Amino acid sequence: MSANPVVKQYAYLLVHTSDFVRYGSKPIREIPKSQELGPAITAHLRNFAQVVAYPPNQVFIGNLHPEDLAAWPEPWWQHPVEQASPVGKYGEIVDQETFYGYLKAADGFDLVYLTPGFTARVRERLQGHHLSIPEDMDNLGPGVEMDKIKHAIEAEGSLPLFHQDELIGSFQRHHDEDASLSAHVLMENLMTKASGAMVVRLLLERAGMTPEQGRYLISCSEEAVGDRYNRGGGSMAKAVGDMCRMVNSTGADTKAFCAGPIYALVHGGGLVKAEVFENLVVFGGGCLAKLGMKYSGHLKHDMPILEDVLGGIAFLLTPDDGVSPVLRLDAVGLHTVGAGSSQQEILKTLAVIPLEKLGLGLTTVDKISTELHNPEVTVPQGSGNVPLNNYKLLAALAIMRGEIKREELNEFIATRGMPGFSPTQGHVPAAVPYLGHAAEAMAQGRMNTALLMAKGSLFLGRMSQLSDGMSVLLERNPARKAGS
Amino acid sequence: MDAENQSTIMRLAEEYGRENLMVFLGATDVEGVEISAETLIAGDPSFAGPLAGVQLGLQVYHILEPSLKRYIPPEVYQERLGIFEVIVDAQRIEDSLSKMRNQAA
Repeated sequence: MSANPVVKQYAYLLVHTSDFVRYGSKPIREIPKSQELGPAITAHLRNFAQVVAYPPNQVFIGNLHPEDLAAWPEPWWQHPVEQASPVGKYGEIVDQETFYGYLKAADGFDLVYLTPGFTARVRERLQGHHLSIPEDMDNLGPGVEMDKIKHAIEAEGSLPLFHQDELIGSFQRHHDEDASLSAHVLMENLMTKASGAMVVRLLLERAGMTPEQGRYLISCSEEAVGDRYNRGGGSMAKAVGDMCRMVNSTGADTKAFCAGPIYALVHGGGLVKAEVFENLVVFGGGCLAKLGMKYSGHLKHDMPILEDVLGGIAFLLTPDDGVSPVLRLDAVGLHTVGAGSSQQEILKTLAVIPLEKLGLGLTTVDKISTELHNPEVTVPQGSGNVPLNNYKLLAALAIMRGEIKREELNEFIATRGMPGFSPTQGHVPAAVPYLGHAAEAMAQGRMNTALLMAKGSLFLGRMSQLSDGMSVLLERNPARKAGS
Repeated sequence: MDAENQSTIMRLAEEYGRENLMVFLGATDVEGVEISAETLIAGDPSFAGPLAGVQLGLQVYHILEPSLKRYIPPEVYQERLGIFEVIVDAQRIEDSLSKMRNQAA
C-alpha cells in the first residue's frame, strides 16, 4: 500500500443566478400563494457587483481569509469589499449571462431555448472566456424564436427563463407524465451539470492539466439525475466529465447529504492510495433547490436575498507529491450506524477519536472546519449560526474532557474555529470551503493540521432516523521542511 | 419556529386538546427559545406561519431547565444533554420561560 494521497489542487466557483431564485424549492412553492411575494423577492435581489463585493463571497474565492471576515464589520452585506474582483486566488464569481451560455452548452437534449438575440449575447460572453471550449459554441445553436418559446411555456409545461427579469427563453420538460423529467427537475440537474463542469474546468486549468490526463471523477453534488424508473440513478460525474471532454476518465456519484464532499474525498483518496487511478477529481456542482431558501427571513429584515448564487467546489487528488497537503486516510472519523445520534457521540466519533489516533487533541489540531454556512443567511430566518453552534459544542466537549477551562470557551472558538462564509448550498458548506485556505496556510508554513468534518441529516429523506457524518484530517506535507 | 413545526403542533393541539399538550424546546440560544415559546403561547410574532394570530396557550418548557433535571434519568441526561448544559445558560432560559408561563396563566 502506498502513502496517503494529497490534495494537489482545488477550485471554487460562485455563479450569480438571481433570476433563478424564483425556482428555488421554497420560492417556487410560496410565490403562487401570494401576489405580493414575487415582486417583493425581485425587489430584494442583488446585482452582480453586489454579489462580488459581498465579503463572505470574497472569502469563498480566496481573496479574503476567514480571519479577515471575523474582524469585518457586520452586517457584512452593508459593508462591501471595496474594489472587489470576481477573480480570486482559489476561484471566481461568474455572472448570470455567462452562466446562461454554459447552461445551453451543457444541454444535449434541447432542454433550453434561448432567443436568437440572447443567444448572440451569451455567445459573445463565451467567446474568449477562459473556461469555454469550441464544443460549447457549437451547442449554443442559432436560438429559438420568441413565438415558439411562448407556446412552449403556455402549452407544453415549459418554465420561462429570465435575465434581469426579462423573458429570454424557456426550459422544457422531456416527458408529460414523468416527474423526474419535468422542466423543474431537469433545470435543477442541468444547472448542477453546467456549474459542475465550470468548476472542474477551472480545477484542470489551475492544475495545468489537460482534460485527457484526467482518470476518474466523483460527483458529490446534491441533485437526482434519472428518469421515473431510476430516480437519482446518476451519473452527474460522467455528464460533467463529458462536458469537460475528459475522454480518458470515467466516474460515478457519491451521495451523503451534506457530508457528501467528505465521503467523496475519502472514497476518492482511497482509490488513489490503492493505485486504482493515478488522479481523481472530486467535485460538487451548484444546487438550484437551495436558492432563496431563507428568503422570508431576509424580507422580514428588509435585507437582500443572499441565497442568489450557485456554489461549485472541485479537488484534484493524486499520490503524494512531497508538496501538497496530505489526506490522512489512516484516521478517518466515522459516525457508525451504532454510534447513536446524540451530539456528544457524533462529535466524539468525528473529532476526538480520529485526532487521538494521530496523537492530537481538540486543542492541538490547528483548525477545525465544520459546516461553514454563512450565518448572515441563516440567522435572520431563525435557523441559528450553524458553525458557531458547532464550535460551541466542540468547546463544550473540550471542557468536559478537561482539555480547556470553561472560561477559555471563546478563545477556543476563535482559535480553532472560523466564521461561516459558504453559500447555503447543502453539500458546499461541508468543511471543504476551508480546504483552499488551509492548503495555502500549509504551503506558507503557517499551519500543520486542519480537521475537515461534516454532518448530514439523513432523516430528511425519511429512510432512516440516523444522523450521519465523516471527518478527515488534512496535514501539511511532512516532506516540506519546517517553514518552507 | 418554521411553518412545518407550527402546523405539526397545531395539528397535535387539535387532536389531543391543548390542555393535554406540553412542549419541550431544545434550542440553545435564549432569543430563539423565547420566540418559539411566544409562538406556542400567544401566536407567531412574525405572522408568517400557521400559528399567526392563533393563541394556543400551550405549556412550554426547555429541556435544560434546571428544575426539570430531576425527572430525567442521569445517564440519559449525561448522554443526550450533558454537552449542551456546558454551553447553554439554562437558568436564564428557565427564568424567562417561567415568566412567560406565569403571564399566560
